[in-house]
Amino acid sequence: MTSMTTIPTSSSAPLTNALRSRRLPVWALVAIGVAAAVLAVLLFKVAGLMDGGWVLTLVGAVLIFLIGLSVISSVVEGRRAARNRVATSLIYSAFVLALVPLVSVVITLLNKGRTRLDGTFFNNSMRNITAFDSGGGAYHAIVGTLEQAGIATLITVPLGVAGAIYIVEYGRGRLANTIRFFVDVMTGIPSIVAGLFILAFWVLIVSPHLSSTHQPFNSGFAAALALFVLMLPTVTRSTEEMLRLVPASLREGSFALGIAKWKTIMRIVIPTALPGIVTGIMLAVARAAGETAPVLLVAGGTPNRNFNPFEGNQESLSVYIYDQAAAATKYGPPRAWTAALTLVALVLLLTVVAKLLSRRTKLNQK
Amino acid sequence: MAKRIEAVGVTAYYGAFKAIDGISMVIEPKSVTALIGPSGCGKSTFLRSINRMHEVLPGARVEGKLTIDSQDIYARDVDVTAVRRTIGMVFQRPNPFPTMSIYDNVVAGLRLGGVRRKSLLDDACEKALRAANLWNEVHTRLNRPGAGLSGGQQQRLCIARAIAVEPQVVLMDEPCSALDPISTLAIEDLISELKNQYTIIIVTHNMQQAARVSDRTAFFSIDKTGDPGRLIEYAETAKIFTNPSVKKTEDYITGRFG
Ligand SMILES: Nc1ncnc2c1ncn2[C@@H]1O[C@H](COP(=O)(O)OP(=O)(O)O)[C@@H](O)[C@H]1O
Ligand SMILES: [Mg+2]
Repeated sequence: MTSMTTIPTSSSAPLTNALRSRRLPVWALVAIGVAAAVLAVLLFKVAGLMDGGWVLTLVGAVLIFLIGLSVISSVVEGRRAARNRVATSLIYSAFVLALVPLVSVVITLLNKGRTRLDGTFFNNSMRNITAFDSGGGAYHAIVGTLEQAGIATLITVPLGVAGAIYIVEYGRGRLANTIRFFVDVMTGIPSIVAGLFILAFWVLIVSPHLSSTHQPFNSGFAAALALFVLMLPTVTRSTEEMLRLVPASLREGSFALGIAKWKTIMRIVIPTALPGIVTGIMLAVARAAGETAPVLLVAGGTPNRNFNPFEGNQESLSVYIYDQAAAATKYGPPRAWTAALTLVALVLLLTVVAKLLSRRTKLNQK
Repeated sequence: MAKRIEAVGVTAYYGAFKAIDGISMVIEPKSVTALIGPSGCGKSTFLRSINRMHEVLPGARVEGKLTIDSQDIYARDVDVTAVRRTIGMVFQRPNPFPTMSIYDNVVAGLRLGGVRRKSLLDDACEKALRAANLWNEVHTRLNRPGAGLSGGQQQRLCIARAIAVEPQVVLMDEPCSALDPISTLAIEDLISELKNQYTIIIVTHNMQQAARVSDRTAFFSIDKTGDPGRLIEYAETAKIFTNPSVKKTEDYITGRFG
């Protein structure tokens, strides 16, 4: 014991030295960065190496920074530290690179969507407005998107969640595996195929029985059905993954209290997995709200207001964007951009609201 | 109130694998019975077959006869949830429900079992938390998450949750193995108090703990891995620890194997 306690005092100096090492100060990192930037500008811009554009200059600056950092760091701090520095810088660069498309999309949307962001846009349809007219709006398209995506979600969520519950909590053996397999296959269905399926099945076969004239007809509901086909596997799979993450010990804890299985699932398992389930649902909704091909195929699109999803052509924001962007006039594309901005904002809003609702509000407060 | 449990030739399987073989023993009411033995000898399996938790796992089944006050636990017309309400269970790792507050955790069994009256739930919550020696520590923050407590407090919360449904038997599977020594002592004190009211069966790896808290001790063992676990000796705790009648028990107690 005595020898143990004396060791730190007698050899404290060499011990601390062994644990310490020289580190580059922050100003040195900044200096390397500035030097790399200046060098890159000189090389590519001033000297005009390789017809230097800004992108090339930026990439060159990053490369010069990495080389300079690794050399200086390995001299001052040693090789292990130098490798750590380079790896850290690479990860940061990759992160910035990954942000570029995202930021660029948002900036472009805000920039171009601004032009027609006015009251007219949100209060008017395209009735009697051609590609050569100013004005016009996407009121009918916003309503269409909300109705189609809303109906699709209403059908998908109970079925998808119930399917996931079956697979995870009840399904054993062959049947569950088969269902899982088909859910997987369905995940890969192209949206146009879902549209064709609904066209063949609902519009051409079922809808004639629903009309007095026995003619097939388009409808927003048919679009919702196509979106449902697309959303179902996503919701089922993501819910399934979330349910599997709920520890078995929680289920056992509940069973051991004499709580029945279905109650355990509804009151313990689902609430525990809820935030993740909602995230999966919102991903599916976002994807569905942006689908164009199936909507075009079975709801047809229209310049007019049609708030009845069960009868007649209906517009959606994505179809609206498709139409307006294709119009080679000075009025069409701005309308398309504003509709795109609206669609993104709508999905964002829905996601934020859903996240807020699914948070464990009661327990998160301090 | 507390009930007597009788096992006759209890054999349990995981699929084709026989985990315990022919366990017969009588567990007296209002006493603490400790199950000891090397890992894998089937202590947990036997414990879980007492409140029909064993069959929760796919392919798992139990043979033999288990009775509580001479009622067959495995009879065809028996309601599993009723069995589990009568025979509560505390697990090795504390498992409070993460979406629930302390209060909701304690009354979960009652509430999900159909009790709605707020006054009843309030009373049951206080009673259970007091019985679990946790009331003084948490009564000012009953609406805070149960998962925010320390490990030892969480385990006492789980004990409170188990006794809130007023079981007659409480099974504990190594309830202290994930806890620090202070929390372990708190739980051991609690067990000594609870035995005035409940029949308690506790699995433990800690022989001092078995000696401290239990009235009777059952020693389980296996011959080699892959063999089913068997009951080697079952007697008063004092006898097992001072004068065991089987050589294998003595070897285990004195630390020569296991
Ligand atoms: N879920 C399971 N599936 C298959 N075998 C299991 C399972 N749980 C336990 N076993 C096996 O059953 C035997 C007894 O395990 P267990 O009852 O957990 O022992 P103990 O609690 O005494 O350590 C061991 O051989 C173990 O490998
Ligand atoms: Mg065990």
